Amino acid sequence: TIARDPLRIIILIAGAFFWLVSLLLSSLIWFIAVKASDPNDEPLQKGLLIFGVMFSVLLQEAFRFLYYKLLRKAIEGLVALSEDGCSPISIQQMAYVAGVGFGLMSGAFSMINLLADALGPGTVGIYGDSQLYFLTSAFMTMVLIFLHTFWGILFFHGCENRRWWEIAAVVVMHLAVSGSTFCNPLYVGSLVPSYMLMAIAATWAYLLSGGSAQNVRRFLLCKSCSVTGTWYLAGLVPSGLPGRSWVSAGGHRVVSVGG
Amino acid sequence: MTELSAHLPQFQHGQLTENFPDNHLSNTQESMASALFNTDQNDNSERRRHDNSERRRNDNPESEINGQPQNNIQQVVEQDEEEDEELTLKYGAKHVIMLFVPVTLCMVVVVATIKSVSFYTRKDGQLIYTPFTEETETVGQRALNSILNAAIMISVIIVMTILLVVLYKYRCYKVIHGWLIISSLLLLFFFSFIYLGEVFKTYNVAMDYITLALMIWNFGVVGMICIHWKGPLRLQQAYLIMISALMALVFIKYLPEWTAWLILAVISVYDLVAVLCPKGPLRMLVETAQERNETLFPALIYSSTMVWLVNMAEEDPEAQRKASKNSTYDKQALANQAQNEDAEADDGGFSREWQQQRDSRIGPIESTPESRAAVQALPSNSQTSEDPEERGVKLGLGDFIFYSVLVGKASATASGDWNTTLACFVAILIGLCLTLLLLAIFKKALPALPISITFGLVFYFATDNLVQPFMDQLAFHQFYI
Repeated sequence: TIARDPLRIIILIAGAFFWLVSLLLSSLIWFIAVKASDPNDEPLQKGLLIFGVMFSVLLQEAFRFLYYKLLRKAIEGLVALSEDGCSPISIQQMAYVAGVGFGLMSGAFSMINLLADALGPGTVGIYGDSQLYFLTSAFMTMVLIFLHTFWGILFFHGCENRRWWEIAAVVVMHLAVSGSTFCNPLYVGSLVPSYMLMAIAATWAYLLSGGSAQNVRRFLLCKSCSVTGTWYLAGLVPSGLPGRSWVSAGGHRVVSVGG
Repeated sequence: MTELSAHLPQFQHGQLTENFPDNHLSNTQESMASALFNTDQNDNSERRRHDNSERRRNDNPESEINGQPQNNIQQVVEQDEEEDEELTLKYGAKHVIMLFVPVTLCMVVVVATIKSVSFYTRKDGQLIYTPFTEETETVGQRALNSILNAAIMISVIIVMTILLVVLYKYRCYKVIHGWLIISSLLLLFFFSFIYLGEVFKTYNVAMDYITLALMIWNFGVVGMICIHWKGPLRLQQAYLIMISALMALVFIKYLPEWTAWLILAVISVYDLVAVLCPKGPLRMLVETAQERNETLFPALIYSSTMVWLVNMAEEDPEAQRKASKNSTYDKQALANQAQNEDAEADDGGFSREWQQQRDSRIGPIESTPESRAAVQALPSNSQTSEDPEERGVKLGLGDFIFYSVLVGKASATASGDWNTTLACFVAILIGLCLTLLLLAIFKKALPALPISITFGLVFYFATDNLVQPFMDQLAFHQFYI
């Protein structure tokens, strides 16, 4: 969905770049804190690490906001330059792509050294650590990538419609997910909540993007009954946030997140 | 780029005073390598400059269909101009991707080679242009040595650039062409032979000399034809990417660490100065080329698409003067036109690049540069009938090489390994994006190196020193941010 359109690829790479910059700044702060503290004090180091993680999360969300601002300006520029007055890409698509950009970069940074080491010889958990290290890392990374994508959509939607509570919800969710990883290697404490949060975020983002239960059902069940007007689901009331233009009665509304 | 080309002539004079305790081919390798990458560097710098002018000229038609500057918003906006600007931006995105892909490919090839073939990370001596060693006792000594190395390299490059400009100004095209051909010969045959040999060694593949000779011969000859004469666009692009990667690998191998980073930094500054200052050699080269309405050594510029030259045949009186060339020109132009209509959705078909290459090649060789005006050299000429789809973007091979050197060095010597490599990669791509954006805005020749290399260097050092410990700790505790 992204590789086809050059503009989306650029937005993707720029999103990855913004995430990278946020990571850089947060690790700078952490580094300074570590250098200024006693390196032998274990609990202190761990505490600093936790502080670093929290700070990084906040900084990531701040950079997501900055990226949103940049994309708003870019959309205005694109609209001004286009012939028919509408930009070739909508803010929702940009939100999706930005989310994917963030997610991809975060996932890559989390996993790639692990993968490189996994290619070499070794035994997992030989010193008494968990044997599921690689597996859980993979799952955690995957859930984070998905979450970043959904958070991107939610966040931009919140910024667009000035629903601050949505933005706050995204930040809280991110903090919760990162916080839950603090119970690693008690994986049930981190993976399960993360996946639940992902499911919540997924449905929320889906609904925000114009989807509905009807569309899901239609997608899953009928490739055959796709003729316009035959709406056996017409009776269902679409759920979701108020104020969104929803599936008009009798019409087909195909949800395409990000195109 | 120009600096490096400056090195080449010296190399070509056969200074084999290196201490290469490598295999039996090392001495010749080094000299060839240095000679080769010198020429290539020269050419690449030429390419880059030319490329910048090309880009500029490319963009000029885009937004100057009516011969007006791009920022027309303030003026009375005609449909054409609006279309041009929108097209510029839209093609801006498309062009950026057209450059992302080859740059990415080059970097991927370099990183893959560095990671797998240990030859390119083994220290087997240094080039003659970096005579001071970095294996010193004190940090201060090492710093001093690397500064001296970088200074020598840069001064050689400057000398070479100026030499090239002088040669170009006095129309010694044969010398330049001979130089280019020798360098690409060496690169295509010699370096790829070494590369292939090392790859075989790494994977323990037995290969007899006859098969090897056949392979190298075919590879080299097809490469020469594609690059200097005619060939399918994709094949030519592939060859250019391959030779850039080979050159970058040579650099990565033979430049010691601190020297390499210093050289990267200084070269981007030099690039900035040389292209933008009024008295800069690159800028003079570009302007001279523009005055003469010809392209600069197109064989060593990566071009993402062909430029439509039909207008040249119709509107360029000088071209029409040359009957023989004109006939082939028109034929080719017609072929272009037909192909253009066919390859609407594509990057622009194959023959355009040929024609441009061929024209640029033939023109200077026959000392009639006036008749060989590429579209991008004549923004005033290429007007209404030019199809905007066919405007491509050009990037000098030197830019490819230095981007790959940065990423390759990052993957070879960084403690953060893949994180650093990835960070540098993204930084370079973003720099390229910004450069193209600036190009679309300013519509003049721009150096492609400074922004990307600056971002790349900043991210390399930052990631290696700051992010790496952080990510290490996070991975150790399995925290996720």
